[in-house]
Amino acid sequence: MSSFDYRIVEEAAKQSYIKALCDLPPDVRAALRKARDRETVPTARAIFEAMFKAIDIADAKKTLLCQDTGLPIYKVRVGSRFPWNCAAIKSCLYEGARRATQEFPFRSSSTHTLTRINPQTSVGPGLPVIYWDFVEDSDALDILMVPKGSGSENMSKMQMFYPQHGIRAVKKFILDTVVESAANPCPPGVIGVGLGGTSDLVMRLAKDAICRPVGQRHPDPQFAEMEEELEEAINATGRGPMGLGGDVSCLAVHIEHAYTHITQNPVAVNTQCWPARRARAVVLPDGSTTYGY
Amino acid sequence: MSITHHLTSPFSEADIRALHAGDIVYFDGPLFGIRDLTQIYIFDQGHKPPVSLEGMPCIHTAPSLRQVDGKWEKICVGTTTSTRMDRFTPGLIGTYGVRAIIGKGGLYQGSLDAMHTYGAVYLAIVGGAASLETEQIEEVEAVYFEHLHPEALYRFRVKNFGPLTVAMDSHGRHLYDEIAAEAQRRLPDIYARLGVA
Repeated sequence: MSSFDYRIVEEAAKQSYIKALCDLPPDVRAALRKARDRETVPTARAIFEAMFKAIDIADAKKTLLCQDTGLPIYKVRVGSRFPWNCAAIKSCLYEGARRATQEFPFRSSSTHTLTRINPQTSVGPGLPVIYWDFVEDSDALDILMVPKGSGSENMSKMQMFYPQHGIRAVKKFILDTVVESAANPCPPGVIGVGLGGTSDLVMRLAKDAICRPVGQRHPDPQFAEMEEELEEAINATGRGPMGLGGDVSCLAVHIEHAYTHITQNPVAVNTQCWPARRARAVVLPDGSTTYGY
Repeated sequence: MSITHHLTSPFSEADIRALHAGDIVYFDGPLFGIRDLTQIYIFDQGHKPPVSLEGMPCIHTAPSLRQVDGKWEKICVGTTTSTRMDRFTPGLIGTYGVRAIIGKGGLYQGSLDAMHTYGAVYLAIVGGAASLETEQIEEVEAVYFEHLHPEALYRFRVKNFGPLTVAMDSHGRHLYDEIAAEAQRRLPDIYARLGVA
C-alpha cells in the first residue's frame, strides 16, 4: 500500500494545467459553433471565425490559446476506495502547477498582493486553489483543473438580498451584472450563478457553475428553466461577441444552488470567458492516468 | 455597413480617416507593443521613445518572449484590457503621431477626442485568441527600454494581422458606447419579459 508513487499525481496536476491552457473542451467548441451558426451580425461572425482559427492554431502547435494563464484551480474528488494520502496529494497539486509553469514554460499570472512580486511559479500562499470532495463507491482520484483568467474573474459580483426582494431581485442582479461587465470578460462565455448558502458558499457555487460542461442543464427543472430564461434575456441585450454587438452575448447560464438561511437570499455571478478552459485527469490506484475534460 | 480593409503600416491620415466604426481591418507591417509600465516610463518619467512612432499602430500587450543568441523570439503574445491605459492615449496620438491603438474593451472620451483631432482609431482585437496573434507576428524586430520587459517597447512585424474591428473612429463614433446605449434601450422590455420590471 505504501508503494504508491505520488509523482504520478504531480504529473497529472502538471499535465492537466497544460492541457487546459492548450486544448479547449469539445463541449465549448460545440457551443461556439452553435453560437456562430446563429449569429447574424457580420462583424460578430468575423470575431467567431478568429476564435476558431485561434483554437486550430493552439491544437496544431500545442500552444497556449490565451496568454492569460489564470490562477490555477483544482477541484479534486477523492473516491472512498482511493487508498492514498490526501496531504501528499495536496503537495503534488502545488508542485504540479509550479512545474507546468516552469517546464512548459508559460507566464505565471500569480503575484503577491502587496509587493506585486511574481515569482513565476503560479503558486504561493493560497495557490493553487484546491476544492476537495469525497465520493462513495469510487476508487478514483478525479482532478478537474480550471485556469481562471482575470478579464472574467474581475467581473465577479455577489449580493446578499433579503427574502422580501424575492427571485425578481436575483434575476435582475444577474442580468445587470452581465450587462455592466460589457466587453471585459471576453464574451460570449459561461455565466456562472450561485444561489443560496452563505456569503462564501454562494461565490463558490457560482465558480462550480462555470466548471460544468457548457450547456449541461441543472437537473432540477426549476433551475433549468431559470437558466434558459436568463440566457434568452442576456442574448436579447445585443452586447454580442467581445461586446462589439451581435446576437450571442453568452454561451450558457449555469446555476448551482444550496439551501440558505431563512432570512437570506444570496446571489453571486462568476463569469467565464469564451475560452472556457478546463481539463481532467483521473488517477486510479494502479497508477494509470486518463486525461479528459 | 461594414467594410473590410487591408492596410499597410505605418498609416497615413487618409488611411485612417477612411475607416468607420464597425469596419474590419487587417494589416501588414510594423506594430509596436506597449503596456502600463512603458507608458508610465514615457509620460510620467519623461523618457522619449528612442524610435519614431509616427503613423504607427500600438498594441496593449505584455508579450512572452525569449532571447536566443541575443535575438528576441516570440513565445505567446496576447492583448490586455485597454481602459487602464486610457490617460496616456491622447499623448501617444497628439505628441508621437500614433494612428491606431489596438486592444480590448475600448477607451474613454478624451481618447476619442484626440482620435477625432489628429486622425487615429481604436481597433478591437479578439481577446483570448493569443495563439492567432502570435501566429500573425512574423518577427520581434526590436525591443526598446529592454529593462522594462515584459512591459518594454516592442517593434513587431506582422502579416495579415486581424481581424480588428474599428471600435472608435476618427469621426467621433464609439461602437462600445453605441452597443451599451442600445442594450440600455432594450432593457425595459427584457426586464418585462423576465418578470423583474
